[in-house]
Amino acid sequence: MSFVLDPLPYAQDALAPHISANTISFHYGKHHAGYVNKLNELTKGTPYETQTLTDVVKNTYGNPATVAIFNNAAQTWNHTFYWRSMKPQGGGAATGQIKDLILQSFDSLDSFSKAFTDAALGQFGSGWTWLVEKDGKVSIIKTSNADNPINQGYNPLITLDVWEHAYYLDFQNRRIDYANLFLTNLVNWDFANQNLVNKAHL
Amino acid sequence: MSFVLDPLPYAQDALAPHISANTISFHYGKHHAGYVNKLNELTKGTPYENQSLTDVVKNTFGNPATVAIFNNAAQTWNHTFYWRSMKPQGGGGATGQVKDLILQSFDSLDSFSKAFTDAALGQFGSGWTWLVEKDGKVSIVKTSNADNPITQGYNPLITLDVWEHAYYLDFQNRRIDYANLFLTNLVNWDYANQNLVNKAHL
Repeated sequence: MSFVLDPLPYAQDALAPHISANTISFHYGKHHAGYVNKLNELTKGTPYETQTLTDVVKNTYGNPATVAIFNNAAQTWNHTFYWRSMKPQGGGAATGQIKDLILQSFDSLDSFSKAFTDAALGQFGSGWTWLVEKDGKVSIIKTSNADNPINQGYNPLITLDVWEHAYYLDFQNRRIDYANLFLTNLVNWDFANQNLVNKAHL
Repeated sequence: MSFVLDPLPYAQDALAPHISANTISFHYGKHHAGYVNKLNELTKGTPYENQSLTDVVKNTFGNPATVAIFNNAAQTWNHTFYWRSMKPQGGGGATGQVKDLILQSFDSLDSFSKAFTDAALGQFGSGWTWLVEKDGKVSIVKTSNADNPITQGYNPLITLDVWEHAYYLDFQNRRIDYANLFLTNLVNWDYANQNLVNKAHL
């Protein structure tokens, strides 16, 4: 058994002009695919090769001996989650149960957006910005490099990749423009609402 | 007193076609300049604003209360050192005393090059690849994010920026091509030899 590169949920040009097909071709076709290939190489002949991806992420976290497996497994997981956190003609205000939960934790949808983009900008170096749920409350978490909040028992709802490779061809240094555009034009609130129920971290 | 953006030691197109003028315009004009501006903003009215940049890096390292100052000070320092680690028509085998020291620590100049590019590739996420000296011996050190080996008592000789913003416009995911090109066409061995004497970490 080996890990697979999950299909992109849309065509490579489907998020254009916001995220270009050029970016997707590298981000999905080289970076994400590269993590999957490396994960297979590193897990071959080990007990990890027959575990689920989520279990590999949990089982290899925080152990210096398995950091390379963790990095590649978590990056595989994170990128699959990221593609699904967006959709063509996405963006705009939160809907459904997520909207209610956001309004319980943040003063308004606008203050949620500000907190989310602040978190995106506040992650120094490479990492991810997450909306997560735990014990019926939502919050925003930022992680560094490959780190994933499932290792802290959170249920991820959506994620934004803030590694520079995610936005540099389209936005160069302007991470703020990329983060704003994610919220106004791309974010998939349906996926967030599904994750409340599906609990991807389990 | 405030910190200044040191002039680039060459024109923005001087490293082309290896590193494009377009990359330099963002890397120097936005990223490096941004760190200097943020450093001035954060140190205004604090004791740090009158210290040398090297002292700010040393004095703010490892303290959660001063991490933002450290990140911006170290990135200011690192980028100034990076531009000088390269020169137009640079690259090739090491020369002078640095060559002798490399051959004392590595089997050959080729095995040094392999070790250097392995370190560049091996830095997961953002960071820097350094040739350093300590106690008369040279070694290769990799650091994460803004980290700088002067805080571990090393004397840096040259550095390669492996944050994705350093190479993504020109090389996309191909960090290996960028690292190889740094060694074959850009590295400034004169600067490395000067640093043996000048000891930038003091």
